[in-house]
Amino acid sequence: MSVIFFLVAALTVAGGLAAVLFKNTVHCALAVTVAFAGLALLFLSLDAQFAGFAQVLVYIGAVAILVVFAILLTRGSETPQSGVFSKSWFTGLVIAAGIFAVLGWAVMQSAHALPQQAAAPAVTVHDIGVALVGRYVLPLEIVALLLTAATIGAVIVALHEKERTQ
Amino acid sequence: MADKLDQIFILLRDWLIHFLPAALRPFAAVVLGVVAIVCVFPGLFALTTVFERKGLGRMQNRLGPNRVGPFGFFQPVADGIKSLTKEDIVPLSADAVVHFLAPLVLVVAVFMGFAVLPLGRNMVLVDMDAGLLFFFAMGASTEVSIFMAGWSSRNKYSILGAMRAIAQMISYEVPLLLSSVTVVMITGSLSLTKIVEAQNHYTGVFPNWYVFTPWGFASFLMFAIAATAETNRTPFDLPEGESELVAGYFTEYSGFKFALFFLGEYLGMFSISGLGATLFLGGWSAPFSFLTWVPSWIWFFSKDMAAIFIFIWMRGTLPRLRQDQLMNFAWKFVLPFTLLNLLVTALWRFMDGGWLRWVVCSAILAGAYVLMGRTGMARKNYGPRSYRYAE
Amino acid sequence: MLGEGIVKGMLETAKNFAGSFVSEERLTTVEYPEQRVPTAENARVFPFLVYDGPDWEAGLRCVACQICEKECPPKCIYIEKSKDKKPDYVGKPQIYPARFDIDISVCMSCQICVEVCPFEAIKMNTEFELATDDRFGGLLLDRRQLAESNEYYHRIHPTEAAEVDARLAEEKAKAEAKAKAAAEAAAAKAAAAAAAPKAEAPKPGAPKSDPSGAEGD
Repeated sequence: MSVIFFLVAALTVAGGLAAVLFKNTVHCALAVTVAFAGLALLFLSLDAQFAGFAQVLVYIGAVAILVVFAILLTRGSETPQSGVFSKSWFTGLVIAAGIFAVLGWAVMQSAHALPQQAAAPAVTVHDIGVALVGRYVLPLEIVALLLTAATIGAVIVALHEKERTQ
Repeated sequence: MADKLDQIFILLRDWLIHFLPAALRPFAAVVLGVVAIVCVFPGLFALTTVFERKGLGRMQNRLGPNRVGPFGFFQPVADGIKSLTKEDIVPLSADAVVHFLAPLVLVVAVFMGFAVLPLGRNMVLVDMDAGLLFFFAMGASTEVSIFMAGWSSRNKYSILGAMRAIAQMISYEVPLLLSSVTVVMITGSLSLTKIVEAQNHYTGVFPNWYVFTPWGFASFLMFAIAATAETNRTPFDLPEGESELVAGYFTEYSGFKFALFFLGEYLGMFSISGLGATLFLGGWSAPFSFLTWVPSWIWFFSKDMAAIFIFIWMRGTLPRLRQDQLMNFAWKFVLPFTLLNLLVTALWRFMDGGWLRWVVCSAILAGAYVLMGRTGMARKNYGPRSYRYAE
Repeated sequence: MLGEGIVKGMLETAKNFAGSFVSEERLTTVEYPEQRVPTAENARVFPFLVYDGPDWEAGLRCVACQICEKECPPKCIYIEKSKDKKPDYVGKPQIYPARFDIDISVCMSCQICVEVCPFEAIKMNTEFELATDDRFGGLLLDRRQLAESNEYYHRIHPTEAAEVDARLAEEKAKAEAKAKAAAEAAAAKAAAAAAAPKAEAPKPGAPKSDPSGAEGD
């Protein structure tokens, strides 16, 4: 548990908190981008280079932009009239605590299973690539199918609007 | 002797850090490398601004700036002083924090990209296994900064310019990555140093650069087009076109922040030209086998500056593309062509060497280029207009 | 084929770039004020007054007829006549302008004053670098500033000046011829009158012959 871990973790948690506490929705989106960057740094500190850079490339480069576009193209960029906290905050708190408990229990269980000072396996990009097209080719193809469906859906939605304006 | 000249910066760095205790040496080595990058590339940026203005002037039958310094080469000093002393105006309704952070994020993201470029033999700041991926990750981060700049200005034109710029950058990012992936396929590694080393061989006099293969040439073309679009250069500079959108997403920036945006844009140009040189033009390797005595960093920077000159040349020649023409071009021509190129590269890899694979691959690519050029980019035949009420 | 136009365009700009170092046609910049484009012969900016000979006051052709003042559309000319006379190019005493001011901030360079002047006294100058920081009198030229020699006129408008000079010389020759003829006639008359009046007393007030005789005063 080094200093770097605590710093990056603090950054991520701060980003996440800011994402729910800010009033302006675009500020929230930018704060969640900071949280993504913190996650990428965590991956890098664990020497998972591919995962870290893919996190930056996909989440910050694409997902954050998508979130921002979605906010701007709808009316989310206006400052909300009422406060940021919803009325059923107690239920939300209970649910969040429950999820945290389950995840914490799962992590703690697996921490028992691993030896304390195990050397981190050196997973190169080559290994990831071999695994993706070898053992995990079916999930890869299903994800590709999903993305194709999403693309076709987007095209159809856009086409439909064009017909209406004609 | 030639070897010493080639490694002169490494030798200099090693000599400098010997003055420090052993514990600090790795840290100091990296810091020296960072300082070198931060000094060299903005200096090149300053030179490029004056080259661009004079080059564009000559192409347009006029002189460029020629009053400040010999033949105008101290013009960037004058420009720098001007941008430092200008008043920094932030609009009252602008989002102050985001407005301030946007140029910072841009400059930081762009500078990070230089960390993995092999500037010469053994001259890469951080030799990462996934170096190429890191470079593209940093390139993707610049889009966030453009959005921040455009949105925080609370200005219609800024946000329009930012939206257009982001749409353009996202559209051209996929062809950019796909054309780089062909290089990765053939080399077998994402590390930029390994890619350069794979190209550093000579058949006779000629080098084994990837650009001299059919798939490499096609990839290089598509990479160049996508790189021009990523850095918002003409003909893809609609987001910052002065006559269209005032200055697009940096309308509300003045003084040094504007200079930082300008710096970020030009540095992006340098880094992506550097990447193109590394991936396709052999990085720091010499063009002919009898020229290997010239230091490697000279070759890298020559290729970089040649690419910059071509950028300037295109700016002087081509008119601006409209937003819909730009997007059509990306999705209907460049992307399908890069996908096909990926298949052709795989074909190249699995066919045995010899003249057959040259002929087959070249034929497929040339035929696809002509076909897609005719169908994908077909112009709608607009007939003469008819006015319902005016006649 | 896709991309052909781009290549042609880039070749053209490359020709421009390379040609701008060697040929005049590919680099048309004239670095004013170190280099200047020579003005055309029939360029016109603001009027000036022509004088013949070395002395600008004595040789000034303008006779203050005020035709240009009356014809000037924006009324930028202001003339005050003198009280005395001086002889003009054919020797006849004429009045001259004591004041001749042109306000060049008003003048619209229409050249009407030049067209109507009967004495070829006012012509168009080609000097345009007249900017001044004196807002109140800097653009009001008086007759000293407006007077330029005939040699200057020849330099800026050679063909026109040659024509004007030819015309004036012709007029002068005609006037002299007429004067000579009148002088001879007067001399003959005087001789006849001197021969005849042995009987008559010499009458004072013999009709003085008019030396110019050409135009009525």
